[in-house]
Parts: sequence; structure tokens; C-alpha cells
Amino acid sequence: MLLWFLRRLLQAMFVMLAMSLIVFIGLHAIGNPVDILISPEADQAERARIITQLGFDKPLWQQYAYFLQGALHGDLGRSFVFNEPALQLILQRMPATLELAVTAVLLSVLVGLPLGLFAGLYPNSFAGRAVMAGSILGFSLPGFWVGLMLIMVFAVSLGWLPSSGRGTTAALFGVQWSFLTRDGLAHLVLPALNLSLFNISLVLRLARAGVRETMPLDYIRFARAKGLSPTRVVFVHVLRNILIPVVTVVGLELGSTIAFSVVTESVFAWPGMGKLIIDSINVLDRPVIVAYLMIVVVMFVTINLVVDLLYTALDPRVRLGGRA
Amino acid sequence: MAVLEKPVAAPRARPREQSPFARIAGDFAQSPVAIAGLVVIVVIILLAVTASLIAPQNPYDLAQLDIMDGRLPPGSSSADGLTFWLGTDDQGRDMLSGILYGLRISLIVGAGSALVAGLVGTSLGLTAAYAGGRVEAAIMRLVDLQLSFPAILVALMILAALGKGVVNVMLALVIVEWASYARTARGAALAERAREYIEAAECLALPKWRVVFRHLLPNCLPPLIVIGTIQVARAIALEATLSFLGLGVPITEPSLGLLIANGYQYMLSGKYWISFYPGIALLVTIMAINLVGDQLRDVLNPRLQR
Repeated sequence: MLLWFLRRLLQAMFVMLAMSLIVFIGLHAIGNPVDILISPEADQAERARIITQLGFDKPLWQQYAYFLQGALHGDLGRSFVFNEPALQLILQRMPATLELAVTAVLLSVLVGLPLGLFAGLYPNSFAGRAVMAGSILGFSLPGFWVGLMLIMVFAVSLGWLPSSGRGTTAALFGVQWSFLTRDGLAHLVLPALNLSLFNISLVLRLARAGVRETMPLDYIRFARAKGLSPTRVVFVHVLRNILIPVVTVVGLELGSTIAFSVVTESVFAWPGMGKLIIDSINVLDRPVIVAYLMIVVVMFVTINLVVDLLYTALDPRVRLGGRA
Repeated sequence: MAVLEKPVAAPRARPREQSPFARIAGDFAQSPVAIAGLVVIVVIILLAVTASLIAPQNPYDLAQLDIMDGRLPPGSSSADGLTFWLGTDDQGRDMLSGILYGLRISLIVGAGSALVAGLVGTSLGLTAAYAGGRVEAAIMRLVDLQLSFPAILVALMILAALGKGVVNVMLALVIVEWASYARTARGAALAERAREYIEAAECLALPKWRVVFRHLLPNCLPPLIVIGTIQVARAIALEATLSFLGLGVPITEPSLGLLIANGYQYMLSGKYWISFYPGIALLVTIMAINLVGDQLRDVLNPRLQR
């Protein structure tokens, strides 16, 4: 167990090292951030001063060595553009992304589960078939395009909901959140819906398959024979059983929801870390890109670790690191 | 043949001489939706291949464009009588022509990367299953690592390091996709490896590559074909997303995703058609491939054989 944990940790560090090196070399090869950062009017002396200040006069390996040295002390460098510590820049935007992703995941359960239950209980009804056809659409629709269409319908044509930004935020535990104000909630609806569309389809299909598998089982038949009301059978006996796979998958999907929020944030100008990274890539803001990479790797290694640990807790047949 | 066969005959009673291909084609044709999907795919490929012949204008020949025609709604005409059935973009490009040319790029990138990823992934997966030991451990560790990160993030980082470009996007997609082929190929190969025909081939002292590619591979193909179909759809969607984010194909070779991105800024002023129609083309393409893939999965899955 400890060995398995250590191996995971070592693997994560190796990934971080390799990826940061690739990004370092790659960004160096693509272009010189100096051309983007320094205004064309700057004279030669000014140019040289900034180049020295940002460390571009040193050879690349030395720049990388400085970065590694800093990273070991928790300093991932300063953004070329914002002139703020890159780590702080990203962490400031993280709550916005997490808020969006968690809302989207909640939404996918709240919408997908009832629809899936319905489609599973009445598989041959017209509505049941329509729900299933809709879920194929949910898998096939390109997320960013749906976002644009949502903006077009609800923000431009109908004018019901705002199309960009977080709206008014309120502080809770020292962090700004949108869901605490009316205006913020209105801003949250469209992006969250957009981001959850894929997961809604996923949860829906899982729930439907679960219901179809569970309904013919003996214990359900027994519950009905006992004279329990159909509502109680469905919401207590069936639901509890299908929740296990749904919860597992939703937990697993949280990671990719956070990753995919890059797209949603760009469409809805949601000021999260996804929008930050796209902007940073466009201006070759290397410290921010590398810092984002480090944070994302740490985040995903943690998520995967937690999921694996949860598996062992839920299913005693799973042994970690057992297969040698 | 179809006349001789009784319609209700059980599958086991089928004539022995029916080739596997005929059986698969027959099973596939059971679903009208899948047939429709297949027809749509064929039409889309034809449209993309013949884009330069059937498109009303060449959207990238600047001499043919007139900026005065910019952002016209669908159905309007230019000064020289050309009708823009799907409207024009900000440069005065006919959207219909733009979509036909864009389909071409999207299909090349999607199918091309899925093919290369399939070759790389399958070879590595088969190697892992056949070689075993350290080689297998190394390859599968890499696969696990790859699959533990979401595709969009990996592609984003690769493109951040490589820069834009059709080849770079394809490379990123290959890196993202090879792992699922490798996992599938290994799974199928492990099951096949223990069979007698592999043992027989080994007893004939055939060279290893020959056993792997001539004996093992053909028997592992069904699941790989299913994965391959789905991966083409995934690749097209991912390419469109990356291009939309401004990290994919360059403006000189716009795919559907880039066309949609170009319309983004005009969306808020109600000029919906610049983004809307390329999106429909993208959706129809992806959905058709997914429908065919779904049916293939059912047909090629031996456990589901009726």
C-alpha cells in the first residue's frame, strides 16, 4: 500500500518534470515572448533591461535550472504579462473554475438521474425513446458550439440570461462566489448547463441501464409482492442500487469536467483558470503555462488517487498494487 | 441467397458458406438508423472530396472575394449574381463553400490522426500482449498514465509547446488517442494468444512479426474497428474544439471549428449564420459516425450475437 502510494508520487513527479521540460523547450522554439511583451517603441536600452529582468539573456538550460530551483521552494515564477507570481494568479482563478465544474456535475445528476429513471421505467414509450435519442445528441454535440447556440437563444434572442462573466459575487470564507447572489446565479446558469450537457447524457444512460437491470431482479419483485407502493419501490429500492455506478462515474468525471471547462470558460468569458491558460498560451506567457501544468498534474494525480482509494473502500475485492 | 434463406431461420442454421463479411453486412443492415448514418458519411466524404468542383466559389482565393459582400444573411446575392444560400462571413466568403472546404480539413485531420494513432496504438498493444514481461509493463504503464489525463488537456499542452498547424494538431491527436487503441489491442490479443492457432504458428517456427501481424492481428480486428470508428468522431470533435480555442489549424486552412470561431464575435449582434451552419455540418458528421459506430459495436460483439 505504502509502496503503491510512493510509486504514484514518483510517477507524478516524473510527469511534471518531463512535461515542464517539453513545454520549456517547445515555447522557446515557437517564439520569443519578448516580441509580444515589449512595445515596438521601446529603445534598445529599455529592451535589454527587460530581457535581463525576465532572465531571457541566460541560456535556456539555465532558465530551466532556475525554474526547478524555484519550484522546489514553491515559487513557479512570475507571469511575464501580469508581473504577478504565476501560482497566485492561477489559484486566484481556481474558485471560479471549481464553482462552474461542481455546479455542472450537480446539474448532470439532478437532470440526468430523473430522466434516466423515466427512460428505464418506460423504455418503449415515446418519451422514453425521445430521451434516449436526446442522449445520443448530447454525446455528439460539440460543446463549444452548443455554448454559442445557448448564448444566441437565451442571451441574444430572448434576452433572459447574461452571456458572459461571473456577475456580482459575494464572499464566503474569503473567496468570491457567484452562486450566492441572484445576478451571479443568472450568470452561472448557461455555462453550467453547457458544461453539464455531456455528463447529463452519461448519467442518463447509466441510470437507464441500471433500472433495466435492476427491475427484473428478485428483490424488486419481492418488494412489490409485499405490497409496497410503486413510488417506494422505485425511489428506495431501485434508486439506491443504481446510485453506486452513477456516483462512481460522476466522481471520475469531475476531473474531465474541470479540464473541459477550458472551452466553456472561453465561450462564456468566465474568468476561471481555463480562460487564463488559453490567454497565456496566445501570448507565450511561459511561467503561467508551466505553473498551470504543474497544478493540473497535481490535481489529477490527487483525483485519481482519491478515486482509487474510494474503490478499495467500496469494493473489497479491489487490492491496490496487488498485481505484481 | 436472401431468397433461399428463411427469414426466421436461427443464426446457427445459416448456410456455412456465407462469408463473415456478408454476415456482418447483413447484421449491420438490420438498423435503418445505422444505414442512414452510413449514407450520410458517404455523402459527406463525397462533398469534401469534390469541394473544389461543387463549391460556388473558392473561399480562399482572395480575388473571388468582395468585402462588400461581408456578413450577408442566408439567401442574399452578391453584385455579380452569386447567391449565398447560407450567408457570408465577415470577409464576404460564401459560407456554403467555406463549409465544404472546412469539411475537407476536418475529415483529413480526424481520419488521418485516428488512422496513425490506430497503427501506433495497435502495434504497441499487440507487442505488449505478445512480448509480456518488462516490455508489456512499460507500455501499459504509459497507457495508464496517458488515459489518466483528459484528452483536451493533453492536446492543449502539446499544442502550447508545438504551436499551431495542421501537422501539429494531428500529432497532438495521435498522442491523445493511441492509448485507447493500445489498451483494446492488448485486451483482444491476450485472449487470442492462448488459442491453438497461435501455438500452431509458433510451432511452424514462423518469425515473430509474422505471427503477430498475420495471425494475431486479423483476429483482434473487430474491437479495433469499433474503437477506430468512435475515435474518428472524437478526433473531429477535438480538432474543432482546439481550432475554436485558436490552438488548432491556422487561418489559411480553416476547419469547421475555426469557421465557428470566426462567427463567435458576430453572434451577439444576431448574425447567427456564420457559426450556426458550420456547427450543423460538424454535428451531422459526428452523429453519423457515432450511429455507425454504435451499430458496428453491436454487430461485431460476439456476446450479442443473436
